[in-house]
Amino acid sequence: MTTLPETKVLDDAPSLRDRLGSALFRQEGVLILIGIIALVVLAFGSENFLTVDNLLNQTRFLAEIGLIALPMTYIIITGGIDLSVGAIVGVSAIMLGVSWQNWGLPLELAIVVCILTGVLAGFVNGLFIVRVGVPPLIMTLATLAFYRGLAEGISESRSVRGYPDWFEQLGQGNFLGLPTQLWVLIVFAIVFAIVLARTTFGRSLYAIGNNELGARFSGIPVGRNKIIIYSLSGLMAGIAAWIFVSRTTTTRSDYGSGWELDVIAAVVLGGTSIFGGTGTIIGTMLGIVLIQILKNGLALTGVTSDATIVVIGSVLILSILINNYAGSLFGALTRRLRQTQQNT
Amino acid sequence: MAVTAPSLGRSPSRITPRFKLGSLLSQEVILALALIVIVLVVGSVNARYVSERNLTSIFLGNAYIAVAAIGMSMVIISGNIDVSVGSLIGVLATLSGTLAVNGVPIWLSWVIPVFAGMLAGAVIGFFVAYLKIPSIVVTLGFLSILKGGLISITNGEWIRDLPAGFGLAQERPFGIPMPIYFMIVLTILAALWQRYSATGRAIYAVGGNKEAARLSGISEPRVLMTVFILNGFFVGIASILFATQLEIIQSAVPAGVELLIITAAVVGGVSILGGTGTVVGATLAAILLSAIGSALVFINVSPFWLRAVQGLLILVTVLADLLRRRRNQASLKG
Repeated sequence: MTTLPETKVLDDAPSLRDRLGSALFRQEGVLILIGIIALVVLAFGSENFLTVDNLLNQTRFLAEIGLIALPMTYIIITGGIDLSVGAIVGVSAIMLGVSWQNWGLPLELAIVVCILTGVLAGFVNGLFIVRVGVPPLIMTLATLAFYRGLAEGISESRSVRGYPDWFEQLGQGNFLGLPTQLWVLIVFAIVFAIVLARTTFGRSLYAIGNNELGARFSGIPVGRNKIIIYSLSGLMAGIAAWIFVSRTTTTRSDYGSGWELDVIAAVVLGGTSIFGGTGTIIGTMLGIVLIQILKNGLALTGVTSDATIVVIGSVLILSILINNYAGSLFGALTRRLRQTQQNT
Repeated sequence: MAVTAPSLGRSPSRITPRFKLGSLLSQEVILALALIVIVLVVGSVNARYVSERNLTSIFLGNAYIAVAAIGMSMVIISGNIDVSVGSLIGVLATLSGTLAVNGVPIWLSWVIPVFAGMLAGAVIGFFVAYLKIPSIVVTLGFLSILKGGLISITNGEWIRDLPAGFGLAQERPFGIPMPIYFMIVLTILAALWQRYSATGRAIYAVGGNKEAARLSGISEPRVLMTVFILNGFFVGIASILFATQLEIIQSAVPAGVELLIITAAVVGGVSILGGTGTVVGATLAAILLSAIGSALVFINVSPFWLRAVQGLLILVTVLADLLRRRRNQASLKG
């Protein structure tokens, strides 16, 4: 029984040859294909869509969701979920605004407060999930209400404005020709991808997702690792809040509402199983890009943002159906192919 | 960190399902006591809190939440969750108002949304029971489909000029508002059904221990379908109470309602791990939440803190539930 998670872990890291061979049929290949089709269709739908300006501008919106989707991939791989990320963005953003304007902290320190708020919020989630054994779904649903409530209570639903020019650089400026926050996302995505694929910590997340009891018996510090990933989720939500405030130069308590939907949809679309045990950062990044392409393309062809939410909700359910059934369908096909080869 | 001996108790599926009448009763007694304490304390600070008008509004304000919480209790007892109920209430209320304005007989504009709710429940149930997609994902998807769909179709316009006699929730037979009758009668019926019918008992079995339920010949998919269709029924009734309480219908999704409904179910003693709980507790909790909301206003706490208080309340109840379970288990072992 204890060897079970280890064999599964090995399954997740196929050799380079295998990976190239089945690339087309893997989730990532399918996603790239869908992305290209969407790009072509939407390019015909609106002439403003396939322009460098528009596409670069879209990465500004994508960066915030993308940053949160990185630790969410970790969490979903372990079989958990974090519904409170949107609320953490809200309370972190409020702490930035309130600590700067109402408490008179220097803005640099307010940014630190913002990020620390996120980390603390995530740490509290992780602590209760691990130490008390609250199911992640319920814990983060409760803190979704609680953190959003804190954001409303602390700010009394008043917005904060009037940030200095240098502060807007992160959200609105460029660095080496690309939007600043895109660089932030790229750096974090690479770090998260390497940690997941090449470190003991990263591989242990797959083991936890496949068989938590087995992972515990194999000496993996399950509790510690879980607390770390939920804190990471808070950390990235805090950073996303900073970027968001910098981009919009306002702080409001409803910031981040409903983001959990976008983030979870992107992660699941990227091939991470909602039951835990499989998933990659590359897949998640492709999922993020695809969702942003869909959103922007639909908006440019005149679909309202509310109708776009319908599309994302449908994408979420469909992608799980496909994950569940396409995988087993493909498995059955290859098995039958192998059988006929053996017979002849 | 040194790894301590793996505790089997942490894994939800291994928790022994136990139906203890005593502990469940005490949860309801605690809620009733909490309600009385709040009314007495706040009433002594501000006498207007215990005026007949305010007490009625406390019972009335969350009546539709209580009705929806009956269905939610069953969903959570079966080991699932439904975060789309708030959106569904918005959609069904708008459907009801649109039908009434367009000359459909009033009784039909009350009944059709209830059936539409059951249909929606059946669709969600099919995804959960037969396609085996976790209920959180299905209902999260439905939440956005219903919410986005509603606003893009109606553009958030209000429905006015509702026909006379449409206001079911405004009727007051024998001086008591109609929603309170609905709340009490449905709670009693559901409680009896859950306690004495075979299907009602099967919900506990499925939520408590799937494998044991299967081995005792219970069809899990069929029970889950029943649960979600029933949930749709209660959401349908709740949406009618919601739609008919004012002269206008906002044709938008009331914010945070699903959380309020889940809070009511959990605070009412429905264990978040599935397998235990009653609808009576959920109804009491819905009233308690309303009393707390009203109390905050009367003791001059800023209404901006209301959601934080609700969030804290759900956290505390969940922790209490888990600690109680752990103690029960310790006493089982020792």
